[in-house]
Amino acid sequence: MSRTSSFIYDRQIRGIIFQMFLVFGLLLGAWWLGNNTLINLAEQGKSLGFNFLEQTSGFQISSTLGTWAMEYNVGTSTYLDVYFIGIINTFLVAALGIIAATFLGFALGIMRLSQNMVVKGFATVYVEVLRNVPLLLQLFFWYFAVLRALPSRRGQVEIFEGAAGINITGLYLPAPIAQSGAGVLGLAFILFVGIAIWLKRWAKKRQYETGQIFPAFWVGLGLIVFGTSLVYLLMGQPIDWSFPVFKDTGPALRRGFQIGDGMVIVPEFIAVWLALSLYTAAFIAEIVRAGILAVSKGQTEASYSLGLRPGVTLRLVIIPQALRVIIPPLTSQYLNLTKNSSLAVAIAYPELVSIFAGTALNQVGKEIEMIAMMMSVYLTFSLLTSAFMNWFNARVKLVDR
Amino acid sequence: MKKLSLIVAGVAALTAASAVQAGTLEDVRAKGFIQCGVSQGLPGFSNPDDSGNWTGLDVDMCRAVAAAVFGDASAVKYSPLSAKQRFTALSSGEIDILSRNTTWTMTRDTQLGLNFAGVNYYDGQGMMVPTALGVSAATELDGANICTNTGTTTELNITDFFRANGMSFNLVAFEKADEVVAAYDAGRCDVYTTDRSGLAAQRGKLTNPDAHVVLPEIISKEPLGPVVRQGDDVWFNIVRWSLNAMINAEEMGITSDNVNKLTFNEKTPAEARFIGTEGTFGKELGLADDWAYQIISQVGNYGESYEAHVGPNTPLKLDRGVNALWSQGGILYAAPIR
Amino acid sequence: MAVSKKQKYAFIRSEDAPVLPPPASQAGITGWLWQNIFASMADYSSLGASIISLMVALLSVCILYFGGIQIYGLIDFAIFSAVWSDPQVIKREACWTVDQGGALPSGWHGACWPFVMAKHKFIMYGPYPSEELWRVNLTGLIGLLGLGWVLFERLPYRKQVGAALLTLYPLLAFILLTGGNSGASFGSVSLWLIIGLAIISVGRMGKRGFLGATFTEFSGLIGFAGWVFVIYNAIRGMAAVDFGLEPIDTRDWGGVLITLVVAITGIVASLPLGIILALGRRSEMPVARLLSTIFIEFWRGIPLITVLFMASVMLPLFMPEGVNFDNLLRALIGVMLFSAAYMAEVVRGGLQAIDKGQYEGAQAMGLSYWQTMRLVILPQALTHVIPGIVNTFIGLFKDTTLVSIVGIFDLLGAGQSAISDAAWSTPVQALTMYIYIAVLFFIFCFGMSRYSIYMENKLSKSRSH
Repeated sequence: MSRTSSFIYDRQIRGIIFQMFLVFGLLLGAWWLGNNTLINLAEQGKSLGFNFLEQTSGFQISSTLGTWAMEYNVGTSTYLDVYFIGIINTFLVAALGIIAATFLGFALGIMRLSQNMVVKGFATVYVEVLRNVPLLLQLFFWYFAVLRALPSRRGQVEIFEGAAGINITGLYLPAPIAQSGAGVLGLAFILFVGIAIWLKRWAKKRQYETGQIFPAFWVGLGLIVFGTSLVYLLMGQPIDWSFPVFKDTGPALRRGFQIGDGMVIVPEFIAVWLALSLYTAAFIAEIVRAGILAVSKGQTEASYSLGLRPGVTLRLVIIPQALRVIIPPLTSQYLNLTKNSSLAVAIAYPELVSIFAGTALNQVGKEIEMIAMMMSVYLTFSLLTSAFMNWFNARVKLVDR
Repeated sequence: MKKLSLIVAGVAALTAASAVQAGTLEDVRAKGFIQCGVSQGLPGFSNPDDSGNWTGLDVDMCRAVAAAVFGDASAVKYSPLSAKQRFTALSSGEIDILSRNTTWTMTRDTQLGLNFAGVNYYDGQGMMVPTALGVSAATELDGANICTNTGTTTELNITDFFRANGMSFNLVAFEKADEVVAAYDAGRCDVYTTDRSGLAAQRGKLTNPDAHVVLPEIISKEPLGPVVRQGDDVWFNIVRWSLNAMINAEEMGITSDNVNKLTFNEKTPAEARFIGTEGTFGKELGLADDWAYQIISQVGNYGESYEAHVGPNTPLKLDRGVNALWSQGGILYAAPIR
Repeated sequence: MAVSKKQKYAFIRSEDAPVLPPPASQAGITGWLWQNIFASMADYSSLGASIISLMVALLSVCILYFGGIQIYGLIDFAIFSAVWSDPQVIKREACWTVDQGGALPSGWHGACWPFVMAKHKFIMYGPYPSEELWRVNLTGLIGLLGLGWVLFERLPYRKQVGAALLTLYPLLAFILLTGGNSGASFGSVSLWLIIGLAIISVGRMGKRGFLGATFTEFSGLIGFAGWVFVIYNAIRGMAAVDFGLEPIDTRDWGGVLITLVVAITGIVASLPLGIILALGRRSEMPVARLLSTIFIEFWRGIPLITVLFMASVMLPLFMPEGVNFDNLLRALIGVMLFSAAYMAEVVRGGLQAIDKGQYEGAQAMGLSYWQTMRLVILPQALTHVIPGIVNTFIGLFKDTTLVSIVGIFDLLGAGQSAISDAAWSTPVQALTMYIYIAVLFFIFCFGMSRYSIYMENKLSKSRSH
């Protein structure tokens, strides 16, 4: 074979040359894009740099966990605080959404496998309707439906007498205020959880060695609950509660729930959380159903023939195998939920996209830096999830011969 | 190979090379129309109907420039832009003129590479509350929930106002104006704040427009006007003088009805200069001599435009107020054409 | 005690026993009721089972009660109490109660369908000029016919129609919808066409050995380059012909038109890119693998709304001066890159499902990498992943609602714009329109997901030997 033709036909050399061209082309493309960007920026009189993060932000943000955690104050907080508030709010709604969607999704998935036609029909209709209508539409529905259903600012629906209430400006709950000694309570709680975990390990080891079963789960749970309560009482009840105050007399604007007492959950948060949870639960239901169906019926039959009761079978035989099939698509649904929380920009919930890439971007104007900062948050989270999924897959994979 | 599809054809066809800097007049002449950046639907200022015809005060500004350049007020194409996109659209050359009730502020004039060619509406930020609240002045709004649009100076102004008066408030900021109105209507907040002209325009969308009242306080200065790119003085002059021509015409009593009579009958030297029979003002701008005549005959003078879109006989019911001529108690004062 | 033979058996049947009907719990209405509803509530053998039975019973009652109320309320709103016509063209007053000045009784709450019917054209086409609607309808009709032909199994020439659908139809749609006449000069188009043809003929000659042995081996590559020139310029030329159609800017498109354009273009354009990325991710070349993985993980890790923000705000920054991108084109580019990453994962799943024996067999036959891919692997993989592709399409179709946030009038944006029309402002205006839009989306997505299930079943049946 001639030397020149080996450039095309020798696989190794061809591979190397192709990769060289690829890298070269990529570098060229990146240089071209970067050059254009710098020229365009210079023309508009803008420059690259991150010192805008130290400027104070001039706008108010709805009171949410983020503003409380970062102690947001209009005159003194900077854009960096705004960034962190956005991250905290995004992860708050994502975490709560994941928990709710998982519970609801599992329940629905199991309901879909039920023999009862009413229950099965409901689950099927739920899943089909919610999967086929766009999330943005569902979000608007929940927000405006939720809004219209609640009483106005000056009224309320009491949930617990004097302790919790809801109206259009939000759900008001008692807020815990940590007094001295609360730190000890927290440490005690962590200690008890640690003991419970150790107890479980010990019980398992004991079962392997002697065959005796120790009810580690219930003992551990009891330890955590009673132990923590005991410490709580011993420390003299170190958590104070600040209850929401509702006034229905006085000047019109001062009526209603007072700012500063109790904890408020804004209706935007409730709407986003509802929409995300219900939507994702529909997808999780399908995943759970597929997972449970994937476990062959022979497993159940063999387990029964060994004398294991249905409850134990479910717990020790079916669910671990079903989980192997369920967990990978489940983690990608969790990821989708976190990404979908960015839709909250449409209804004024102050999460990352809406305050950082929305309001703050409009005022500061540094698109490239701010969008890069925002994307790095989402990328980090998705890479962590992918890494976890790969680790989990590798651990439970059925090994081929 | 099989896959060269819409994208390739689209890129090939839609990439229009037009120089961004000085030379907008030449580009516009070569294109045959003006690309005008407008809002996404603000009644009275720039609003499309179902077939896509745009009308409004800001639309008339663009039509006036088109009449001056081409002699044809319909030689305009409209780009609806959100608050976020408007400035990048102008500076990147996607549009030739931004006429989108944009407030003239120092930051925008100095930091964005843009120039404001004038003011076609002097506005201010106001607040609307339900009448049932029993509030008659903005200083009674301590502790209020406020709904507004994100991405504009409105948020900053309202924050400053409340801080200056030592009042506390909660801000709920939405992306699109329609959602702000819907949330305010549902009772999510006590106050709806935006420019007063915007309040008037959106009022019609409330379920019960008469149950709301606009508070008397104006908490900021919002001079709204057309914007062009920096570095293009020829185009800047054209836009500025188109606006001045409309205001001067109202001062001189020239309307779209009687401007034709002026071409043939007796006229004063000022009118002669205006419609182009005397002097070379059109040539100085780079346009035909009858540029002002075309504007008035096709679009009308400022008063006519105001009456037709935002005046007391329209759903917006805004009276002239500060937008009246300087000789009639307002502050509209255009430099003379001489 | 001994029993006589006659009495040894108490009873001997002399004829067959009558066939009894099945027990009540197995047949008929009671049987059906029992099995489908009550059986799950009847097991009280152990504590766990009793709890489950009680819960099922409680759930059934709650679902029937609350579900019944909601469904009845919805049907009542949408059908029974709804206003269906507006004969006097009084617009919003047709849906007003007596308190607001209309004719309906106080406390009325029902859908206002004249509103939806009046806005119907706007919802479907956006502000597209009414005289030119025939172009949109024609495009849609041709697309539907083509799609139906490809999907319906007994028709001949399905592959050819499918190929035409992927290549010629986009061009046709582009010309019809925007009006063609793109301004590329015929001079330059013809020049490039001639150059392309020349290169092809050079390649051909080289292949036949007229230009020397070394050249023969490169001739394939040269021919390929020539074909690229020819096809690209043929498209440019076609797009530049003035067919006498009124040019319509993409800003005048809206509603279902935009939703379909964005979703279909996104999927069709992302398919080739997705295939290349999937192949790259499985490639043996470390650079290609690394770059493909980075691309895929990057675009899958960020939400679509940030992609759209990036595309609409930052794309003009990345382009050299004077290159202007149409707003819709920017969104299309963002959507295409985003869905290419998802498509790559779907195709990769398909590639992984192909037996290693296929690769080995192709290698044993001496096929090169690209020949293997083209002739053996990809045809199998792509049929495998058709359900996955349809699922991605359904997801993309729902995600097109996000473009309303960056200022493009898709179906949801058109609906919201219709809701804000003051001439129709009533308390039920928003709810009516949202129900209508939700039903439109549901019909479309549900139909597609049913088709995807049907395809999946068909493929798995055809594959099981």
